[in-house]
Amino acid sequence: MATHDNTEQVTDTTDEAVGWESKLRYFLNSDFVRSAPYWGIPFVLMSIAVYGGIGYNFAISFTDYEGLGTPDYSTLDLEMYTQALSSDAFISAAQNNLVLLVGFTTICLVLGLFLAVLLDHGIRFSEKFQTVYLLPMSLSFVVTAQLWLWMFNVESGILNLVVTTLGFNPVDWLGNPSIALGAVIFALIWQFSGYTMVVYLAGLQSIPDDQFEAARVDGASIIRTYLRIIVPQLKEASVSAAVVLMVFALKAFTFLYALVGRYRPPNGTDILATLMVRRAFKFGEWAYSAAIATMLLIMALGVIGPYLYYQYKQGSL
Amino acid sequence: MSQPSSTGSFDVASLVEDVNLRRVAQYALVVFFLGFFLVPLETGIMTAIKTNESVARSLPFAPPVGEGFTLGNIQFALEQLSGSFFNSLIMSIPATIGSVLFGSMAAYGLTMVNWRAQMGMLMLFVVGVFVPYQAVLVPLARFWNNIFPLARMLEPMVASIPFFQGYHAELVPLVITHIAYGIPICTILFRSYYQSLPNSLVEAGKIDGASITKIYRRVILPISKPMFGVVFIYQFTQIYNEFLFAFTLVTGSDAPAAPVTLVLPAIGASTSGIDFGIRMSAAFLAAVPTLILYVAFAEQFAKGLRTEA
Repeated sequence: MATHDNTEQVTDTTDEAVGWESKLRYFLNSDFVRSAPYWGIPFVLMSIAVYGGIGYNFAISFTDYEGLGTPDYSTLDLEMYTQALSSDAFISAAQNNLVLLVGFTTICLVLGLFLAVLLDHGIRFSEKFQTVYLLPMSLSFVVTAQLWLWMFNVESGILNLVVTTLGFNPVDWLGNPSIALGAVIFALIWQFSGYTMVVYLAGLQSIPDDQFEAARVDGASIIRTYLRIIVPQLKEASVSAAVVLMVFALKAFTFLYALVGRYRPPNGTDILATLMVRRAFKFGEWAYSAAIATMLLIMALGVIGPYLYYQYKQGSL
Repeated sequence: MSQPSSTGSFDVASLVEDVNLRRVAQYALVVFFLGFFLVPLETGIMTAIKTNESVARSLPFAPPVGEGFTLGNIQFALEQLSGSFFNSLIMSIPATIGSVLFGSMAAYGLTMVNWRAQMGMLMLFVVGVFVPYQAVLVPLARFWNNIFPLARMLEPMVASIPFFQGYHAELVPLVITHIAYGIPICTILFRSYYQSLPNSLVEAGKIDGASITKIYRRVILPISKPMFGVVFIYQFTQIYNEFLFAFTLVTGSDAPAAPVTLVLPAIGASTSGIDFGIRMSAAFLAAVPTLILYVAFAEQFAKGLRTEA
């Protein structure tokens, strides 16, 4: 700020100097500099944490760092990446992650859209119902994991109560590796479909009512109106909700950890996030887990990169 | 509603019937999903207030009868959690205030003032919202444990504060971490609000010769009070509910500085299995702060979620 005084003194010298000095004065008085304390401090703090952290993680992933001590940066190679890509644990975690990502995102979107359409028209106290549907979103994954642990309980859980009442044998929801992931997806859908509903409702409310009127005058049924006219306009809401859900599916760790209270989630539900944390904090394989984390980050960027580009092109950023 | 009169009188009856049927089906579905979302919660509460015997003998969602009712589980869980409740609150409140304030400042700097390269910087903030935290866990652990062991440095100082113990110093790095990683989402939430404000507000201030700081304090802060409410509620819920950072920085569920979310997955567990009466009680106690906030400010919470997308 003290430089202000210097620029004030300049009156007339050579053209070049005037140009230079006035440029400096213009620069120092510009909104960029004057607003710097506002965006600057948060930006620096955030950048160190997010991008500094990512860079540091990236650097560690090329070393062989494990256990106690400090990372040795003298021999950098891709060993950890090749080791991860050729390990069965990584492959199966990646497969589970893909199933989780696709299954969870798709069902959440469909169910959320259905709930939004259900509550959009002709329901009294619609807001009260929305509040209840969204309630699981306000709970911690640690809490919802406990609730569902009880729901899935083999002897006295509600789900098995239903199953046995229908005349089937009780199911070991979380103990059977071939259905555990499905059970987890089900519980996560319970938590997240209220969220997609809210996003879709916001989209629905931005569609003018006369489109419904016009369709009705034309004699279109309500269901047809939604399918043909309304849903195609919800593309933007779908895309942004899908991005949030997919990124969540990539990093979902807390729910799986809290289900069992240990590093290894139920058999058949190990995903990249749980594998990474286990390798790092249980076994101290820092470099190896840093490599997994980097790949996880690249996948997340693969989801949000195109999204941001699309948003930027649309001018909606 | 005026449809019957406009379609003539000949099939009013069938039309009304049709509408009613659809209505009934619609309400039936609404109620079905009400059950879908509430049953896990209801079952949890009922289990929390039942004795172990009653849990074993009655249906999971049935309320306790007579002897089967107990507050013992809740009492026990409360004793187990009271210390970690305090940890959670003294961690969440400063972390929320910090990230909300920084977010508001950053959004103001980015939106209300025009300069080039804003878009690039904004992109960095947006990406920061979505980054999987796994990608920074190893650096975080190394930074706060080896490179800059702030908790150990602050321990004697924190111990001298009334009501605090030396181990509460472990929460300081956690607070800073939450502030830093909370900035992106808070910035994005505030930005969407500031963008909706008329430009003339800032322009008028500028013409009057007000400094950027003055415009922020006199114009922007007063009118963004509702948005502060939204972001505060959203961010407090996120930080209070968060697990992974606490898990990385405050190791172990038995650490004295552990927040509620860290303690909960270990409560009521023994070699003979999980005592679900205690576990459910603890889960509900852990959820109480965010549930109260949600019930009181559901609209603000929903708004936070909507704007995020």
